Amino acid sequence: MGRSFGTAEFLFLVKAIPWTLLLSLGALAGGGIVGLLVAILRTSPYRALRWLATGYIELFQGTPVLMQLFVTYYGLAVLFNIQFGPWPAVLTAFTLYSGAFLGEIWWGSIQAVPRTQWEAAECLSLSFPKQLWYVILPQAARISIPPTVGFAVQLIKNTSIAAIIGFVELTRAGQLMTDTTFKPMIIYPIVAALYFVLCWPLSLLARTLERRIDATLGIKQHF
Amino acid sequence: MPLLALNNISKRFGGHQALDDVSLTVEPGEVVAIIGRSGSGKSTLLRCINGLERPDSGTIRFDGRPLELTPRQLKTLRREVGIVFQSYNLFPHLSVERNITLGPTAAKGMTLVAARELALRVLRMVDLEDKIAAYPQQLSGGQQQRVAIARTLAMEPRLVLFDEITAALDPELIGEVVRVLDRLARDGMTMVLITHEVGFARRSADTIVFMHQGRVWEKGPPDKLFGAPETVEFASFIDAILSVAPAAKQRVG
Repeated sequence: MGRSFGTAEFLFLVKAIPWTLLLSLGALAGGGIVGLLVAILRTSPYRALRWLATGYIELFQGTPVLMQLFVTYYGLAVLFNIQFGPWPAVLTAFTLYSGAFLGEIWWGSIQAVPRTQWEAAECLSLSFPKQLWYVILPQAARISIPPTVGFAVQLIKNTSIAAIIGFVELTRAGQLMTDTTFKPMIIYPIVAALYFVLCWPLSLLARTLERRIDATLGIKQHF
Repeated sequence: MPLLALNNISKRFGGHQALDDVSLTVEPGEVVAIIGRSGSGKSTLLRCINGLERPDSGTIRFDGRPLELTPRQLKTLRREVGIVFQSYNLFPHLSVERNITLGPTAAKGMTLVAARELALRVLRMVDLEDKIAAYPQQLSGGQQQRVAIARTLAMEPRLVLFDEITAALDPELIGEVVRVLDRLARDGMTMVLITHEVGFARRSADTIVFMHQGRVWEKGPPDKLFGAPETVEFASFIDAILSVAPAAKQRVG
C-alpha cells in the first residue's frame, strides 16, 4: 500500500512547476536568439546562408524532439567526456528545437511584410541591415506575436519529454509521486490540469492578439 | 548635358519583351510624362532608371556617369533619383515624421534635429505640416500619397520618378496630388512621370512620351503630340482615354 495523496503530495507537484517554466523560458530565450539568426539568414541575399538556415530548420522539424534530447544528452557526454546532469542537456536540446521552430515562424513573418516595403526602404538608400532593422523587423515582429505565443504553449507541453532523462519538472514529479502513491489516475489528471492552467491563458492571449493584429495591420498570415 | 540618358535599353521577362530598344534623354528641369496602355513597358522603364530592374542590354547614364548597378553605386543613385509609388508604400509602423526622417538620418547621416526641420519643410511643400505626428493609416489616400512625395523630396533628389501615383486614388482625391505635381514642375524639379492625367501632362509636361509594345512610339511637346498624333496607335489611345473618362476630357479641355 502506497502513501495516500494529500496536500503535501499536491504541493510536491506544484513545486515542480517552476522547473517546467524555467526550462520553457530558457528554451524560448535561447531559441529566440537562434531563431532570429536563422530567420535573418534565411532572408539574406546569399544562397549558402539561406541553405544553412533551411537545412537547420528541416533537420529539427523533421526529427522527433525525443531523439534530439537523447542525442544531446549522450552527445554532450561523448563530446566533453564528462557526464553532465540532465539540465544542460535538456536546455540545449530545447533551445535548438525552439530555434528551428521560431526561425520558421519569424521567417514567415518577415515574408508576410509586403515586398513593396523592402523596395520603399531600398529606394531611400538604406542598406540591407538597415532595411531589416528600421522597416521590416518592426512590422514582422507584430505579425509574429500570435504564432510565437502559440508556439510557447506547444513548448511548455513538450518540455514534459525532459522527464525521460530524469529532469525533474512537472511530469517527472508526477511520475515520482505515482511511484510512491500508486495512484496514477489521481496524479496524472492533476498534472494535466496543472499544464492546462499554464497553457490556457497563453492560448487565449494568442487568439486575442491574433484578432487585434489582423485588424490593425490588415495582413493575413501565410505559413 | 542631359541629366539622364537611356540608350537602346531592352528588357525581357520570360517570353515577354517588356522594353525594346528604348532611348530617352531628360534634361535638368525637364518634366517628362510617359503615357501608354498597361503592359506597354512604362513601369519597367521607370524601374530601370533607379535600378529596381536591371536592363538586359543598353546603357543608362546619370549625370554623365554610366550606371553599372554595383551595390555601392545603387546606394548613391538612390540618393539622387527618388521614386514615388502608385500604392504610396509608406511605413505603416512609423509616424509621418519618422517616415520622412528615416532616409536622411539612417542613409545620409543627418542629425535627428536637422531631419525634423527638413521634414517640416517638405511637408509644407505638400500642405501637410499639421499631419507630422499622424500615422499613415489615419490619413486619406491623397494625404498618404502627398506624404510619400514629401518623403522622397526629403532625400533632396536631383530627379524624381512618379509611378502612376494617382492611379490608386479615389477621383475626388486626385486633384490635391496633381496640384502638388504642378507646383513641383513649376519650381523646376526634374521629373519623369507615368500618368493617366492627360490634363496634367498637357499643362505641366515639357515632353510627352507615348509607349507602345515596349517601344517609344511617339515623343514630343504636348501641344504638338496631342494636337496631331502621328500614329494610329497614339490616336486610338487618346480616343480611348477620352471616351472612357469623361472627366479626363474636361481636364484636357
